[in-house]
Amino acid sequence: MDQYLSLWPTYWEGFLMTLLLLAVSGVLALVLGTLIAAMRISPVASLRVFGAVWVEIARNTPLTLVFFFCAFVLPFLGLRWAFIPLAILALTYYTSPFVAEALRSGINGVPVGQAEAARSIGLGFGQTVSLVVLPQAFRMTIPPLINVFIALTKNTSVAGGFFVIELFAATRALTNDNGNMVIPILVTTAALYLVITVPLGLLAGQLERRVVVQR
Amino acid sequence: MTSQSVLFDAPGPRARRLSLILSIVTGVLILGGIVWLIVTLAAPRESGGVILPGMFDASRWEALALARFWEIVGAGVLATLSAAAVAAVGALVLGVLFSLMRSSTIAWVRAPTAWLIEFLRGMPVLLMMLFILLIASTGAFWAVVIALILYNGTLIGEALRAGLVALPKGQREAALSIGMREFQSKRLVEFPQAFRQMLPIIVAQLVVLLKDTSLGYIVGYHELIRTTMNQLSSALGNRYLFTLFMVALVIYLAINLTLSWFARWLSRRTASGGGRSKKRAGGPVDPDQAILAAQASAAANQSAHRP
Repeated sequence: MDQYLSLWPTYWEGFLMTLLLLAVSGVLALVLGTLIAAMRISPVASLRVFGAVWVEIARNTPLTLVFFFCAFVLPFLGLRWAFIPLAILALTYYTSPFVAEALRSGINGVPVGQAEAARSIGLGFGQTVSLVVLPQAFRMTIPPLINVFIALTKNTSVAGGFFVIELFAATRALTNDNGNMVIPILVTTAALYLVITVPLGLLAGQLERRVVVQR
Repeated sequence: MTSQSVLFDAPGPRARRLSLILSIVTGVLILGGIVWLIVTLAAPRESGGVILPGMFDASRWEALALARFWEIVGAGVLATLSAAAVAAVGALVLGVLFSLMRSSTIAWVRAPTAWLIEFLRGMPVLLMMLFILLIASTGAFWAVVIALILYNGTLIGEALRAGLVALPKGQREAALSIGMREFQSKRLVEFPQAFRQMLPIIVAQLVVLLKDTSLGYIVGYHELIRTTMNQLSSALGNRYLFTLFMVALVIYLAINLTLSWFARWLSRRTASGGGRSKKRAGGPVDPDQAILAAQASAAANQSAHRP
């Protein structure tokens, strides 16, 4: 028991690092993803193409490869950053297309009649989008966005393979040092991940149900 | 919203000119960015007084002409694909099993399955791989494959279950009324329809599975990234790092984009084929999201049917 309790400082540090990665890259991915989504619905054709290409490429690249690029190839090309910012960069890039798609599917989910009605009472493009479509789209995008963040939580574990000591890396180090209690260590880590993901999942499910019933 | 044109008026000559100009300007800006990137990469760089050749210099790419190079890359691709193939079959079987157990009429089958699914869904795949590697000491291949089976099996199972619940009640009632047992109705009537409905989501999930085999890099399975990045870059020297990265990226993109397009084509086909299925613009993109939506509409269906 004493041995188990002595592991907690390491766990705590790892857990905090996971939360840090989640929060920072979550916010950045939200910003980047919104930009990409805006590009994809804009009237300017070249921006639409750029957004579409970005989403296709980013979504079809394995996260490990993105991390590899950030952790090895970027320093090789001359970018001297610490590993934590590099990990945040990788997670942000990888998450941005999923955010963009969630937002876009929300905008697509607003019935055409809403926009038609707004247009027919004389609102312009900016007014239609900002006053009628986006407020409705926003509500519908919250559940899928939460899902994106759940996936992001789980994806932060990949950073553990690339020199960032977060929950997964801490676990691996602990199992190496405490060979006699591998199972309790792994179960604790699983519980710590579930502490983040399960409440988020329940929230998403509840919100989604409410939104669907309303229509 | 299915069409963009609702949002703004049909553009007149001035608006069309403006949007053309904007399009060209941003297009030039984007192209300029890409050109800048390529030029920067191609420029020779100095490091500690030594001038190193640029990234597109022939000395960084000549190993691609070697047959041995492609043999090793081919072995990596094969390892990735074989892990993905075994895991895909396993995940499908487990998904079917989970969906049947999760929608079973027997409470003590249903409830533990629900908990198990919730547990497996909330865990990082990487942690599962480590778990299997350390506890069962199966070797890297099976650790990767089993973790992927467990994780993707639950997601496929949830998709299938959502498909089962979303079916119109009449299907089941009709099957029961012609004398089928509960399980017969599920097996012969409901399940085939649910499977067909959810096929695009399942294929999209298989793309995710293929991508996730790359996590094997971290637990020491010799898949594509490990063979190219570790094996080849230590054999060929550090100067090939960028080249090897590009090779791996192109191979992954080629495989995944093909599968993604297949999934999209499939979803368009099933969407137009099944008259009952709601039109979904662009097809399901994120399997997780699509599952959530299907579950929610299923829940809404249920609450609507309740007296």
